[in-house]
Amino acid sequence: MADKIRVATASLCGCFGCHMSLLDIDERILELVQLVEFDRTPLTDIKTVGDCDIGIIEGGVANAENVEVLREFRKHCKVLVALGACAVNGGIPAMRNSFELRECLEEAYIEGIGVANPQIPSDPEIPMLLNKVHPIHEVVKVDHFLPGCPPSGDTIWTFLTELIEGKPIGFPYEQIHYD
Amino acid sequence: MTHEEIIREIIAPSGTSRAAERSQLLQYLCQIQHQCSYIPGDAITQLATRLQMPASEIQGLIGFYAFLHEQPRGDYDILLSDSISDHLLGSRLLLQQLCNRLGVAPGVPRADGRVTVDTTSCTGICDQGPAMLLNGRVISRLTDRRIDHICALIEASTAVTQWPAEFFQVDDNIRRRDLLLSEETAAATMDGKALRVLLETDGNAILDVIEKSGLRGRGGAGFRTGMKWRFCRQAESDSRYVVCNADEGEPGTFKDRVLLNSYADSVFEGMTLCAGVVGASRGYLYLRGEYRYLLEPLQAVLRQRREKGLLGQCILGKDGFDFDIEIHLGAGAYICGEESSLIESLEGKRGIPRNRPPFPVTHGYLNQPTVVNNVETFMAAAKIAVLGADWFRQAGTPESTGTKLLSICGDCERPGIYEYPFGVTIKQVLEDCGAVNTQAIQVAGAAGTTLPVADNGRRIAFEDVSTGGSFMVFNNDRDLLDMVQNFSHFFVHESCGFCTPCRVGGSLLKNLVDKLVNGHATHYDVGEMKQIGSLMKRASHCGLGSTAPNPVLDLLNHFPQLVESRLAHSGYEPAFDLDAALQEARDITGRDDPGAHIRTET
Ligand SMILES: Cc1cc2nc3c(=O)[nH]c(=O)nc-3n(C[C@H](O)[C@H](O)[C@H](O)COP(=O)(O)O)c2cc1C
Ligand code: SF4
Ligand code: SF4
Repeated sequence: MADKIRVATASLCGCFGCHMSLLDIDERILELVQLVEFDRTPLTDIKTVGDCDIGIIEGGVANAENVEVLREFRKHCKVLVALGACAVNGGIPAMRNSFELRECLEEAYIEGIGVANPQIPSDPEIPMLLNKVHPIHEVVKVDHFLPGCPPSGDTIWTFLTELIEGKPIGFPYEQIHYD
Repeated sequence: MTHEEIIREIIAPSGTSRAAERSQLLQYLCQIQHQCSYIPGDAITQLATRLQMPASEIQGLIGFYAFLHEQPRGDYDILLSDSISDHLLGSRLLLQQLCNRLGVAPGVPRADGRVTVDTTSCTGICDQGPAMLLNGRVISRLTDRRIDHICALIEASTAVTQWPAEFFQVDDNIRRRDLLLSEETAAATMDGKALRVLLETDGNAILDVIEKSGLRGRGGAGFRTGMKWRFCRQAESDSRYVVCNADEGEPGTFKDRVLLNSYADSVFEGMTLCAGVVGASRGYLYLRGEYRYLLEPLQAVLRQRREKGLLGQCILGKDGFDFDIEIHLGAGAYICGEESSLIESLEGKRGIPRNRPPFPVTHGYLNQPTVVNNVETFMAAAKIAVLGADWFRQAGTPESTGTKLLSICGDCERPGIYEYPFGVTIKQVLEDCGAVNTQAIQVAGAAGTTLPVADNGRRIAFEDVSTGGSFMVFNNDRDLLDMVQNFSHFFVHESCGFCTPCRVGGSLLKNLVDKLVNGHATHYDVGEMKQIGSLMKRASHCGLGSTAPNPVLDLLNHFPQLVESRLAHSGYEPAFDLDAALQEARDITGRDDPGAHIRTET
């Protein structure tokens, strides 16, 4: 099957819950792999992203590496999807936005309980933190937003099948409302 | 007096019911703030015990009102007016000068506790700005010389009572008089003449005259005053209330300030007339905190009226005609001009708008039938009762009878108060106030309409361009984006936060406007602004949120070339400066390697 749809996924500043939710499509994953070929994703452990049809991003943008990965995805993916509250809004990690970065680092590396050898790490290997956590659409253009923390497996399934079949995107009420 | 004594005196039990005392809570807090420069924790505990309510609720109240603080402000507490009309007069440079001279950062008390410098939304001194509030008193006409003088007085710890009187001078600047302000009719409502007409006829006759006059509310929405009074009169209840809305928070509006300064007696006459018609025995004037300097003079007018038998028990000797007026202060919240928030605030609560219906005419103050009218509306009603419906109808248009006070500021020779018959063209107004080289006019304040000068044939009237009074002129040298940016920040600051479309939408819109101003917005962002704006209009809980996007939408619709010239012509631009967002981390870690930077994408 030469023209399988190529899909890449990445987790930026998220908890991997959205990726776990992707796996909640359960046995439908067998149907999915008939239609798609996975490029860079934690499922394949491929580390660089090639040209793809769909890029799916979990998590917000919290550091310089997130920016880099996100830009690579945007460059290589025809359609980019923000998956879950963190990618859409910044989500849980953005709760640090009401504090100064310095306060966060001091709490974690200096004042925290049980910290040995207190110091704020400055190794060039470590990605630099942005002063605030941002939703991904504030860094690159995003084509679709899937809300939820995480969006359910069914929601992700509906979305992917509609997108792949070229149908308009729409959901049953209970797949995107939580009341 | 020590703070403890001050607090004890202010919150001394008044002997009234707890519910009545509860509705005084905001007033207690305003007084404590005024005298102690903050609300000490002790005061919160004592009030919580006295009123049997959680301390957190009182803290919630303090958090809601911009003029209340849990931390001490400086001995000299300065709030510079941050309205666009003050900006036009150079207030931003003055703020910097003030901060530099005094060695303070905005909003942070100086280490010695001497002074705080901060900004506040429009102070309503737009025709003689830039203006500031100093410990609640207005200082007008700020210049760099005056700022230097002020700094010297502060450094010398000179008591505010010793400061030059001309600092505190606020003029009426009435430039055009018509029906309401004309010298000939000045005596019409004096000595209770309107009340005498009421006593000679009856409430129904007054209602008929007011209805026939076609008088509509002057606060902005233009609801028919006669109808409002009749609804309240007909509502089933033993107690009714009359409330005068003197919150005047709409940027660029300052005509109620002038009426309260020079025509307060007529305003109170109008309120008392209304009370007689609807059967109310209690009235409130809700005075915005920015006009605290008018409190004493207004109380003096009330005292005189009581002495003359025009307020109190058996007004003008008529058995059962009992009515008195109390003045309540606001505390720096624009939303409290919205009538249901105003009522919440009168009840001593956070000013969150109520669901409407039911409307205040049936369920208002303490859930009783209540008339809420604007200052100018009450004054007009009093005059109409004496001079008649035809007198009033001689001016105006079929749907907008009578005259309207405009408060004009911005780029014109003669800012001030202009009273015009409804139907006057914008062109006429511009000519009269000496506006030249005009680019645009902002009518009805931040919530109003932006008109390019090409639209100067349009008319001030409910049928065309309606306004509560604000009329701001911008000449060709001005960047209209400054105005739109100022307004979008204003709405974020003033949103009560109750509903998502306004709380979140307003912030998103503000961020996009900032992006536009910084030259980073794209066509995509323009689309986003339109979508967010239209959603806010449709989905907001109250008028603040549904009008907040107006300046942005007007800019996009009426000034497309200006917008186009400021757009970045890439397909997409990030919402913030990515590399600058790493600066804090660079400072903390001392790193400057390639990984400590983010390139701009080309
Ligand atoms: C956000 C907001 C602010 C308002 N501010 C004022 C105000 O400062 N003064 C005023 O008279 N009306 C204000 N209004 C209108 C009042 O809700 C109300 O319509 C008016 O006080 C009724 O009086 P009127 O019929 O005499 O105009 C405001 C409305 C909104 C939605
Ligand atoms: S949206 Fe929820 S599940 Fe997904 S990454 Fe964020 S926190 Fe985890
Ligand atoms: S529209 Fe704004 S001001 Fe009005 S209730 Fe909603 S949040 Fe509050």
